[in-house]
Amino acid sequence: MALTEAGDRLTIAPKRRRRVQKDKVLAVALVSPSIIAILVFVYGFIAWSARVSLSTWKGLLPDYTWAGLENYRNLFADPRFHVDIRNTVIFTVVFVGGCLIIGLGLSLLLDQGLKGEAFFRGLFLFPMAISFIVTGVVWRWLMNPAAGDRISGLNLIFDSLGLDFLENSWHATPYWGMAFIAIPAIWQMSGYTMALYLAGLRSIPEEVREAARVDGAGEIQIYRRVILPQLRPVTLTALIILGHISLKVFDLIIAVAGKQYALDVPAIYMWQTTFDGYFFGRGGAIGILLLLSVGLLVIPYLVYTQRQERNS
Amino acid sequence: MTATAADIAKGAAAPPSNVRAKIWLYVPLILASIFYLIPMYVMLATGFKAFDEVSLRTMWNLPSGLSLDNFKAAWEALSPNVWNSFKFVVPASIISAMLGSLNGFVLAKWKFKGANVIFPLILFGMFIPYQAVLIPLVEFIRSINLFGGVWGLMLTHIVYGLPITTLTFRNYYAALPDDLVEASKIDGAGLLGTYRWVLLPLSIPSFVVVLIWQFTAAWNDFLFAVVLTSNEGWPVTVALNNLAGSQIIEWNVQMAASFLAAVPTLIIYIFLGRYFLRGMLAGALKG
Amino acid sequence: MTKRVVALLAVMTMVVAACGSDTAETTVAGPTDTAAMTDTVEVFSWWTGGGEAAGLEAMITVFGAEYPDVTFENSAVAGGAGTNARAVLATRLQANEPPDSWQGHAGQELIGTYVAADQIEPLNFLYDEEGWLDVMPETLIPLISKDGNIYSVPVNIHRANVLWTNPTVLADNGIDVPTSMDEWFTALDALQAAGMDAPLALGEQWTAMHLFETVLLGTMGYEAYNALWDGNGDWSSADVTAALENYDKLLGYTNSDSSALSWQDAAQLVIDGDAAFNVMGDWAEGFFREIGEEPNVGYGWAATPGTAGIFQFLSDSFVLAKNAPHRDAAIDWLKVAGSLAGQDAFNPVKGSIPARSDGDRSLYGVYLQSAMDDWASDDVAGSLTHGVVANDSWKSEIDSSLGAFLTNRDVAAFQAALVASEAANA
Repeated sequence: MALTEAGDRLTIAPKRRRRVQKDKVLAVALVSPSIIAILVFVYGFIAWSARVSLSTWKGLLPDYTWAGLENYRNLFADPRFHVDIRNTVIFTVVFVGGCLIIGLGLSLLLDQGLKGEAFFRGLFLFPMAISFIVTGVVWRWLMNPAAGDRISGLNLIFDSLGLDFLENSWHATPYWGMAFIAIPAIWQMSGYTMALYLAGLRSIPEEVREAARVDGAGEIQIYRRVILPQLRPVTLTALIILGHISLKVFDLIIAVAGKQYALDVPAIYMWQTTFDGYFFGRGGAIGILLLLSVGLLVIPYLVYTQRQERNS
Repeated sequence: MTATAADIAKGAAAPPSNVRAKIWLYVPLILASIFYLIPMYVMLATGFKAFDEVSLRTMWNLPSGLSLDNFKAAWEALSPNVWNSFKFVVPASIISAMLGSLNGFVLAKWKFKGANVIFPLILFGMFIPYQAVLIPLVEFIRSINLFGGVWGLMLTHIVYGLPITTLTFRNYYAALPDDLVEASKIDGAGLLGTYRWVLLPLSIPSFVVVLIWQFTAAWNDFLFAVVLTSNEGWPVTVALNNLAGSQIIEWNVQMAASFLAAVPTLIIYIFLGRYFLRGMLAGALKG
Repeated sequence: MTKRVVALLAVMTMVVAACGSDTAETTVAGPTDTAAMTDTVEVFSWWTGGGEAAGLEAMITVFGAEYPDVTFENSAVAGGAGTNARAVLATRLQANEPPDSWQGHAGQELIGTYVAADQIEPLNFLYDEEGWLDVMPETLIPLISKDGNIYSVPVNIHRANVLWTNPTVLADNGIDVPTSMDEWFTALDALQAAGMDAPLALGEQWTAMHLFETVLLGTMGYEAYNALWDGNGDWSSADVTAALENYDKLLGYTNSDSSALSWQDAAQLVIDGDAAFNVMGDWAEGFFREIGEEPNVGYGWAATPGTAGIFQFLSDSFVLAKNAPHRDAAIDWLKVAGSLAGQDAFNPVKGSIPARSDGDRSLYGVYLQSAMDDWASDDVAGSLTHGVVANDSWKSEIDSSLGAFLTNRDVAAFQAALVASEAANA
């Protein structure tokens, strides 16, 4: 292989080499607007946020007095922040896991060429279109934890269907309540996950499936051996998209549960402390910590993908 | 494994067991549909109720009548702002999708030095919590005179949409065989040619998911909309939020309004959904 | 086919972009005077829905009649307690683009934030001109001033320490409306014995803070309560412990799903007879009437136990921005906000009482009239939840410690946190 490449390079006409060069420049030129925009809107603004997190700014007007890592130290000792972290982990696991499983399942079902596929697809996607304010309130009603005389929401449905064992306190459950908050989020986003998987499934050429069928593989085997492995990049994309939503989730939680301690997450704490309490220093620190924690997750992913691609 | 006559016969004799199998597939689909429909029922039913019919207790009850009062009130409140939303959401979605596609292509298939650094750099932008950057964002948009109308909002959505559109396209293209690009290079096409004639036609499913995402994100965004626009520029989401009121909230009108506000997005989904066709790549590997 | 799709997308972009080329919008928005004769005033608020918006509209009409040459730019953004409006306001103030006037809760919410940052002007001159000192209660003025400077014009008054009751439930169980903490506990026990699990209805976290402030007032009394906020009180004292213990005990009588209920849902419990008591501000009365209930029939009211003769208030008020782009028009607006005509137009619709003591009683319903009487005669104390007595940083930290308390019910830890909050923020 290497010899032929070297040979090719030697025989490439100068015109072609220039074209290759021009294309390399063009490639860089094509991505530069994005890079510049990101440098300003992302890195520039983060730098500001980081600077604020290292200051004592508490009040309406900027105050950049140096505070070192004090805001960070206070956060790590802050019991509310501990609650935030716990809630984020619980929510992320349930939300991302739920969306991936349901999304994949639905996409596999809809890939079968059933009648009415378009209807189901639209139905499953529609929740994402509905504003979070109303999604929140509807699920707040549905997940109402009251029992006995005042039973309502889904508990009432379970009761009338004789499914008593399914009744529970939903998001009022101590410690684990956050897992239930993931349900409205899954309701909203699993349709999109399904769409991602469908796009991935539909991009697998029919020839590949045909080849496998000709080889005598049954449908299920085709899925397991051929199609699912091809979906790995889509799964990773979905993981990142869902992960970033779950780390930044804010509006939906407030709409479902209001601002409450037991279901607090870093994004809500950041909003409250910055815009309700004007404690910009602490708010900035929470933001930077959120970013760093995401970085910790994204870096292994990037290393992994790049290693994968080098190998394939 | 070579195909035997029996196998071919098996494949050809599809109908009976296949049809039975396919009918069973409807069961999980219908169960799933129930999950998705329940909240929509509550939303619609409430949208048709009068204010005193709306409470936790009466949540499951059918509305006493199908009065359109709430929808009319909602439409009155929202219609001045719908055009504002369209004005920036459509271009923002299309532009960020195109840029994402180009970025994804370059980063996945036309590697140059530093491509592996640039991708993480762009990707990282997806994770910033937007509340943390509201202040510098507003100051920047003001400084370039784009505050108040929807153009500052459009620029913001384009830029903050880049990481996710780039990610989606890059991974999508990475999954396509490198031979496609190599073949194109050998045929003499340059970067733009390869993009235009080889990859773009194959990108439809990815454009669909990206456009769905961007349209929804931009259409439903409240945070950027409320800080970057003033009255004339308010998109639908701000009007929708204002409908809620701050103290006594009229959920019946609010739900009717949310339903109306979601209709354009639903139309986009239906329109784009037609492109989820199988066999887009049929023939791509021939030759 | 792809060619057509791409072409279609391109055309769509161009069409939309072309349609949208309003040159006026690319410039910095904000009141731009169109003609020499007309002026504009931009006013920020969070009154966007229901009675609040209607009340604001009524006041704008009065303004339009008195100052026909001035255009009113209504920049209202909804969000509970103005959480969104205040964030937007913060971004604008930091970018040096203030509106002319904005709504805020009278008291430390305004003073602790905007006076401290030198963003609003003192209004003593206006009070003198308009003679407002004669028509607003004496005990109110110090609460909205700092160092002798008055900083806002209160438009309405709401009462926080109101105990809403279900008259039928109380009558059926032979219970009188309690006037002290002990009486209240007795009544709650009796109701529980009679089979009512949760005789005190409670909603999400902020309503728990609302309940908390009335218990503080009811246990400690007028003087001690006020002292807590002006630096003369002791948060670590036994008095405070007693109040916290009362609060802890009260929580035991509340519904287990409180964190899932909005204030409306909780108030509804009393109407439906699922609870006997609910502590909420008197905007609940507007809600009760809107769902068709009649005063003293479907619902009753009293001062929360221990607070008879004390009016724990909150007030929506307007300020004058320093460097307001249209200072004169802003002052015109403030004049209307403080005027009899303005307040009597706004309040009956909104469901609150005027800050002025000379409002026309005939315009107000049964409850509001009784509130007006109390406002004129009671001692005035400030609300915590609604921004009178504590600045935003302080209140935010109290909120955190209260939230923690709701999950772990550790009185000692709660008290320690309250002491620390005062030290850090007062």
